Amino acid sequence: MAKSISLHKESIGLKVVIYIVCVILSILSLLPFIIMFVNATRSTYEIQQSAISLYSAHPIQNLIKNWKVFNGKSFDPATGFVNSLIVSTCTTCLAVYFSCLTSYALFAYEWKFREAFFGLIVGVMMIPGTITMIGFYQAAYKVGMTNKLSLLILPAIASPNMVFFMRQYLQASLSMEIVDSGRIDGAGEFMIFNRIVFPLMKPAIATQCIFTFVGSWNNLFVPSILLTKREKYTLPIEVSLLNGDIYKTEYGSIYLGLSLTVLPLLIVYALLSRYIVEGVALGGVKS
Amino acid sequence: MRNKKLVDYGKFGYIFSIPFILAFLVFSLYPILYTFIIGFTDLKGLTATEIHVLWSEPFKNFATVLKANLFKKAFTNTVVIWICNFIPQMGLALLLTAWFTDRRSKVKGQGLFKILFYMPNIITAATIAILFTQIFGYPSGPINTTLIKWGLSEKGIDFLLTPGRVKGVVAFIQFWQWYGYTMVMLISGVIGINPEIFEAADLDGANRVQTFFLITLPCIRTIMLYVLVTSLIGGLNMFDIPALYAQDHGDSGGYTVNMYIKDQAFAGAYRYNVAAAASVIMFIIIVLLSLVLFYVMRDKDEAKLKKLKKQQLKLAKSKKAY
Repeated sequence: MAKSISLHKESIGLKVVIYIVCVILSILSLLPFIIMFVNATRSTYEIQQSAISLYSAHPIQNLIKNWKVFNGKSFDPATGFVNSLIVSTCTTCLAVYFSCLTSYALFAYEWKFREAFFGLIVGVMMIPGTITMIGFYQAAYKVGMTNKLSLLILPAIASPNMVFFMRQYLQASLSMEIVDSGRIDGAGEFMIFNRIVFPLMKPAIATQCIFTFVGSWNNLFVPSILLTKREKYTLPIEVSLLNGDIYKTEYGSIYLGLSLTVLPLLIVYALLSRYIVEGVALGGVKS
Repeated sequence: MRNKKLVDYGKFGYIFSIPFILAFLVFSLYPILYTFIIGFTDLKGLTATEIHVLWSEPFKNFATVLKANLFKKAFTNTVVIWICNFIPQMGLALLLTAWFTDRRSKVKGQGLFKILFYMPNIITAATIAILFTQIFGYPSGPINTTLIKWGLSEKGIDFLLTPGRVKGVVAFIQFWQWYGYTMVMLISGVIGINPEIFEAADLDGANRVQTFFLITLPCIRTIMLYVLVTSLIGGLNMFDIPALYAQDHGDSGGYTVNMYIKDQAFAGAYRYNVAAAASVIMFIIIVLLSLVLFYVMRDKDEAKLKKLKKQQLKLAKSKKAY
C-alpha cells in the first residue's frame, strides 16, 4: 500500500516535469513566429526601442507603412509567390502520378529487370540533388535552359524516394485480385491503373503530396543557381533578398515580408497538421 | 497457368517504368556523370562550356580541393555544426519519445505537442534563417533586448562576432527545426514494437527506466540509425540556414561545404572544375554512408522469404519431373 502511494507521488512529480518541459518547448516553437507577426505591425522606431513587445501604438497604420516601404524596394513577393506556386504544384502532380505508375510497375508485373530496377531506385534514393548541381547547371546552360521553371519541375518525374514509399504502400494494401477482376471485365492495363489502382492509393498520395509540395516550396539551393532573372525568382530567393543591404534598417518591413511568406504555410499546416504528423510516421522505415 | 500470366503482362512493367527511366537518365544520371567529368577538366569562366580533360594530371582539381584551406575549414564547420545540432536533437527526441510512449502514465495533449514541435520543420528554411538573424540581432534584436532588460548582459551579445557563436546559433536553429521530426519518427518506431514484449517486461517487474533502456531502445535501433544517416547526409548538404544567417564567404564559422561549392562555381573565377571535384568528393562520402545504412538495415525477413520461394520453386519443378 505504502509503495503504491509513493509510486503515485513519483509519477505526479514526473508528470509535472513533463508538462513544464512540453509547454516550454511549445513556446519555443511559437515565439519566433509571434514576434514576427507582432513586429510586422510595429514601426521600425518601436522595434528599435524594444524588439520584444506586444505593444504597437498604431498597428494598422504601421502595417500599411511597412508594406509601402518594402513595396517601394525591389522585393516582389507576388511574382515569387506565383512562380513558387507554379513550380510546387506541377512538381507535386508529376511526382505523385509517375511515382505511382512506376511503383505499380514494380508491384504488379514480373519482368526481368524488376529487381535490378528496384535496387537502382533504392541506391539513388540517398543521393541529394545538390551534389550533382554543377553538371546539371552546365548541361542546362549549354542548351539555353537556365531560367526555365520547367527545369525545376520535370526532374520530379523520377522521384526515387516516393517510388519506394508507394511500393511499400502497394505491398501492404493492394491485392492483385482487384486487378484481375478488372482484367476479366476487359479493361486494358493502363485503364486499370488509372481507374482502379490510382484512386485506391489516395491515402498515400495525400501525405506524399504534402511533403513534395512543402519540399519544393522551400527549396532554395537549386533555384538560386538555375534562376538568374528577377521575374523567374521563386519565393525563397525573394526572401533571401530581405537580408540585403537595402533593408538593413527597415526592421518592420523585414518582419512583414517574412510574415507574408510564412502565412500560407501556417494556414496549410493548421488545416492538415494531423495528416502531416501521421505522414511522417508512415514514411518511416518499418523496423 | 501462372507462367502464361508472366508472358502476357510482363511487358507492361517495362512500359510503365519508361517515364521514370527517361527522366532519371536525363535529369539525374547525366548530371552525375557530367559532374564527374567536369571534375577532371579545366572548365572555368562564366560562359565557358568547352571541356578539356586534364590528361597529364587528371586529379589536379581533386588535389586543389583537398589542399585548399577553405575547403578544410568548410568541411570542419559542416561536421561540427552537424554534431552540435544532432546530439542534443537526438537526446531531446529520445526523452520526449520515452515520455509520450510511456504505457503507465499517458501524457494528455500529446497530439497538440507533437504538432507544435514539428511545426518549425515545414517553414521555409530561408525564412527561418532571416527571422533568426533578426531575433539574434545586435544590439537591439529581441534576444539582446531581453538579456539587457533582465540584467543578464550589459550591452548585449553580438552573435555574429566570433566563429564559435555563429556555429552555435546555426546549430541551435537546425536543432530547433529538426527535433520534432526526429521525435515523430522515433515514436512511430516505438508504436511498431510488439506490445507483448512490453507486457512480458511488466510481468518481470521491470521499471520505467529499465523498460526504456533495455527494451524500447534496442527495438528502435534501426529507425535511430536511419534518422542518424539521413540526418548526416542532410547535414553534409547544409546550405540555406548558414548561407543566409552568416552570409559570409569564409571568415565566420558558418561556412559550409555547399557554400564553398557554390562560391567556387558561381563567383570569382567561376571554377566549375574545382566545384565539381568538391561535389564528387562529397558524393563519395555520401555513397559510403548510404552503403553502411543499407547494409545495417537490409531486410532480413525478405531475404529469407526469397530463399524460401526459390526452394519451393525447385520443389515444384522436381515434382513436375515425376
